[in-house]
Amino acid sequence: MKVRVLFFGVTREITGLREECVELAEGARAGELLDLYKRRFPRLEAMGRSLALGVNQEFGERERVLKENDEVALLPPVSGG
Amino acid sequence: MGPRWSQMIEEPEGHFFALTREPIDGRELAARLVRGEDGAVVTFEGVARSHSQGRRTLALEYDCYEPMAIQMMARLGREIAVAHAIGRVGLVHRLGRVEIGEASVVIVATAAHRGAAFAACREGIDRLKRLVPIWKKEYFEDGAVWVEGAWDAAVVKG
Repeated sequence: MKVRVLFFGVTREITGLREECVELAEGARAGELLDLYKRRFPRLEAMGRSLALGVNQEFGERERVLKENDEVALLPPVSGG
Repeated sequence: MGPRWSQMIEEPEGHFFALTREPIDGRELAARLVRGEDGAVVTFEGVARSHSQGRRTLALEYDCYEPMAIQMMARLGREIAVAHAIGRVGLVHRLGRVEIGEASVVIVATAAHRGAAFAACREGIDRLKRLVPIWKKEYFEDGAVWVEGAWDAAVVKG
């Protein structure tokens, strides 16, 4: 299945990506997707648990099972205001 | 000039939430929200500062996950309005490049009495800074960095 992955702020800087589509096994969890990117971009690993995940524009738990066409966002610690 | 609001939600109760790439007019936002029964209008403006940790800042830039941010702002605003029993709340955040001295965020709370309006305004900015997916980049004379903020503990608990 395909999911769309979005990057913001420092995760965009680290990956050089604004967004991309990735192919995942059926039943893959949000945390597994994050692990994929951490292996690809070690600087994400260094961010540890400060990274939050968005799934379809809501906060998503790492255990969340993803579905075809889900929108997953890698959200660095926020600094608005 | 593009559309004035990148994202905008106006609630039936009159609460107003928006993201914009243009300067924010705090007085206009307050005028939009105030009703005859209000005795207090409190406006908080967060402003781009010329120094950050001892270094001169030239400008700020804000990145945002817009569709999620506007929904989070609306949810936050509704919660605050109920919790403090105020009249109306407005939350507007600027995106893109913000010059020194310009407002990056404006929060307005209107209420019958000042106590609730002050408290709602304070809670609004405190929670917005930890819950709404917006990121700030500081431009210095010798480079630029994304500011490492912090999520509300409930967001990154598990």
